[in-house]
Amino acid sequence: MKNIAVSNRRDFLRTTMSGVIAGMLPVSLVRLSYGKEGGPDFTFAYISDSHIQQVKGNQFVRNWDRGLIRAVAEANLLEPKPDFVVFGGDLAQLGSKPELDHGAEMLAKLNYKTFMVMGEHDYYLDLGEYWSKLYGKHYYSWNHKGVHFITLNSILTYDDWTFDRWESDERRMNEMAGLDNPNGSPFMIGAKQMEWLRKDLAKISKDTPIVVFSHSPLQKIYKGWNFWTEEADDIQAMLKPFDKVNVIYGHVHQIQYNQIGNIAFTSVMSTAWPWPYPESYALAESHLPILTVPMNRADPFNERDATGWQFMSMHTGRVDLEFNLYNNSNRTIAFNTAKGHPEDTTFTDPENRIPAQQHF
Amino acid sequence: MKYLTLCTLMLCLSGPAIADEFSEEDSTRWMEQFELVATEGRRLWISPEIGTNGVACAQCHPNAANTHPETYPKFQKQLGRVAQLWEMINWCIRNPLEGKDLAADDPRMIAMQAYAHKERRGVELDPGKH
Repeated sequence: MKNIAVSNRRDFLRTTMSGVIAGMLPVSLVRLSYGKEGGPDFTFAYISDSHIQQVKGNQFVRNWDRGLIRAVAEANLLEPKPDFVVFGGDLAQLGSKPELDHGAEMLAKLNYKTFMVMGEHDYYLDLGEYWSKLYGKHYYSWNHKGVHFITLNSILTYDDWTFDRWESDERRMNEMAGLDNPNGSPFMIGAKQMEWLRKDLAKISKDTPIVVFSHSPLQKIYKGWNFWTEEADDIQAMLKPFDKVNVIYGHVHQIQYNQIGNIAFTSVMSTAWPWPYPESYALAESHLPILTVPMNRADPFNERDATGWQFMSMHTGRVDLEFNLYNNSNRTIAFNTAKGHPEDTTFTDPENRIPAQQHF
Repeated sequence: MKYLTLCTLMLCLSGPAIADEFSEEDSTRWMEQFELVATEGRRLWISPEIGTNGVACAQCHPNAANTHPETYPKFQKQLGRVAQLWEMINWCIRNPLEGKDLAADDPRMIAMQAYAHKERRGVELDPGKH
């Protein structure tokens, strides 16, 4: 009986994926351009924040499933083929084995090598134990075509919160899962990982381009929703001596980008749902980077609006991002070498902006 | 007739004070009542019990942000008419939460609106705004 249920679900996925392929492939996927400097050194895809959520048994929230299924199907159609895919964290909603398994089953359909980032929704039930069985180390680095890649686990927090505060693992997971929960705790990489990062960077020459993947922003935007990493200043100081550093982060479910010294920051979208910009919460102060031209306000009547995934091209040590937005015009955030920071190729000029980019 | 008028006047003068002579204690109590309802609204906002699939309002609307209670009533092109906030809450209950509509005067609907308004306090009323 169990086997039948699993195989039905697989058939269902296969059928719905071919539906996606036939009907909804964005034209932009096959018409990417790389600016004036010629072709990219290489490309990769970035899918994030799918929040696969179990209802009960083999039943999962349909809406969130659809977002991830579509990202995987579209990424498999990319031309040119990406060298790899990164999944930016929060594969699950409440970190359970059924959620991680179901998400992993969908991700396994990617035709590319996939690197995984830890999100708080994957972690706080069993402190990453089952995730490790599926995906291995929580933080690691590797080299690819002259670029040094670092994946951090940036969703740790103070030990007393993690180990001493909650009567059960489920309670701990639930408390961290609420974005606006005042009982939450700020994200950190922690002393041990900080030391690992110091040692990892010590081996790298200063002119090697660096790309860091983290779940939370390695910059301080709004503490109330953990658009924040506690040691952001120290991590930035460690990355400062390198000529070209790029930080790509998830968690925020919205378009953000920024430049601090040599470090270019760009967020990625969620495949599940968008989040408000922090400035939309009128009762608190927040610091969205002024470079950022916001994504469009979501149409609440369209369940895939303001969700999507990214195609990234790496050239001369910098990352350009194409945001594949399921029900919106795509956005391109490319590194402007003359200005020395990432910018939107269409909407940077205030005259070109549209009312839907006004958030309040 | 004169007698009747006199009686009415006397009733007004001698009856209990039932009009708006409310005290500080009254305002405190009324505010407490509001806070109780708004607190219940927050509980519902983060709870899976409003829908059927475990999804909660706060998953997309932390601190009730991006609900813009100050802009209602306003025209919703998808409905083709001017709508109220509670109708949009019901849209979310039916769709992302896969639940059933609440009546406009359901205490749970009133509580969730109280919470959304509370998180938006101080923002100028701007009905119709998009």
